[in-house]
Amino acid sequence: MSRLTIEASTPLCLLQDAGRFGVRHLGVTQGGAADWCSMSWANWLLGNALDVPVIEVTLGGFAVIAEDDCLLALAGADLGAQIDGQPLAPWRSFKLGKGQTLRLTQPLLGARAYLAVPGGFEAPKVLGSSATVVREEFGGLDGLGLPLAKGAALSYRGESVPLREVPLALRPDLQSNAPLDLVLGAQIGQFSGQSLFDVFNSVWTLDSRADRMGIRLLGKALQYQGQPMISEGIPLGAVQVPPDGQPIVLLNDRQTIGGYPRLGALTPLALARLAQCLPGAQVRLRPMVQDVAHREHIKYLQRFSNS
Amino acid sequence: MNPRIEVVALDCLMLRLFDEIAEANMPWMLAASERLRAVFGEQLIDLVPSYTTLMVHYDLTALSPGQARELIAEALIDLSPNAQTAGQCHVLPVWYDLSVGPELSLLAERSGLAVAEVIRRHSAREYQVFALGFAPGFAFMGLVEEVLAAPRLNTPRKKVAAGSVGIAERQTAAYPVVSPGGWNLIGRTPARLFDRNRDGYSLMQPGDTVRFEAVSHAEFVNLGGDDTPLEVRHEPTDD
Repeated sequence: MSRLTIEASTPLCLLQDAGRFGVRHLGVTQGGAADWCSMSWANWLLGNALDVPVIEVTLGGFAVIAEDDCLLALAGADLGAQIDGQPLAPWRSFKLGKGQTLRLTQPLLGARAYLAVPGGFEAPKVLGSSATVVREEFGGLDGLGLPLAKGAALSYRGESVPLREVPLALRPDLQSNAPLDLVLGAQIGQFSGQSLFDVFNSVWTLDSRADRMGIRLLGKALQYQGQPMISEGIPLGAVQVPPDGQPIVLLNDRQTIGGYPRLGALTPLALARLAQCLPGAQVRLRPMVQDVAHREHIKYLQRFSNS
Repeated sequence: MNPRIEVVALDCLMLRLFDEIAEANMPWMLAASERLRAVFGEQLIDLVPSYTTLMVHYDLTALSPGQARELIAEALIDLSPNAQTAGQCHVLPVWYDLSVGPELSLLAERSGLAVAEVIRRHSAREYQVFALGFAPGFAFMGLVEEVLAAPRLNTPRKKVAAGSVGIAERQTAAYPVVSPGGWNLIGRTPARLFDRNRDGYSLMQPGDTVRFEAVSHAEFVNLGGDDTPLEVRHEPTDD
């Protein structure tokens, strides 16, 4: 077994995996890595199953000291990582020698970095997952939904593998401002004509009111003209429009049912990209039909098995 | 019933069975749930029932949207309502008291009934569990008598005690854990509504029925209830 000790942490540093499934009908939220794509690459770098527990560090402020010689992998945002003060670029696996400190300082590009270890971090499963949901008090190192704290011990049991990088061509592009694909939902026709134009032809700014439940988009107020809705199941990425007309993208820790009308839902790849945007970032939305979104997603998943 | 299948996300479809909330929906909803679980089998990731809909989240690596649609259509062939609802009947003890249910007086005032009569009427009916949501094990139940119906509070409380029993419109519910909440509170139950170590986790499941039973303060405390009054705020850092 190899061990690390947390030297610094924040309430935004959480143990995550793919999330909690098969329990949504009980009111239990999904949880899981907000950028599933970077989590998958972090695990891929070590030959892990793509969904074993990783650490999600949002914005930085996280550090670990190796208690043994350790192998780690880092993917996602560039949070100014350093090993004993020396810069370390993400999208690669690396060694952290006994006594060395890995520090994630501040966001240089993107918002969330994922730290993986061989075989995944050891943590109990609660309702089938180690994903930390603070509000529901599930998951994490002790199963009680607490963020990672200074002094806590992390461990893993996996075997070492050769060092590698995610090929440049396969890394998600966190620099450019690609539009976010939105699968059109059933209420789309009940927004006003002007609103339908505005949704896809104006720029949306990420509000500072953003957490793992949802991210609010600021822009032209959208008008829903349909009947009030009865609460119904909410999928990951649903873009709901409350009466103030400012859309909210619902993320991993969203409530399970709700009654606001929806434009549709972002594709998983769009969600991964959105999870890397900071408040104030500007995004555009692009309409997409379900079949095309499905084909593109399947094509993307092949990157993990073909490379 | 006029079933429709709607797109909600890349890997989710909504089966809409009804347009209105009604107790009579439930046998159909349960029958459709059972069928969906059977036809999707391992390819079902989550099935999220609500009042009039069932959201089907399926494995996108195994099924295309078209195939998922076909499975839902298959589940609906010759669907008939469940004759006997398979659900359990729960009796939830409730200590109805102003100290833990401050809106008892508001409901009495709105309805013109005495507080004791509000309590009697709330505990006289057998309610259906329509859906779980908001928080793990939070069951939306109904329908309460029209005379007891009341809108949510204008300003939700930041902290509602675990076990609090409330009314919103014609629905009633109990909060499984401490959470913010805007329902009109009328009492508190000592029942453990969600337990991660229990089979099925949630005491109540969609399709179950629930009756509330008024108990005395002594019985409430004996059953493990926490009688800390609601409005008292000792911790200055709370807000």
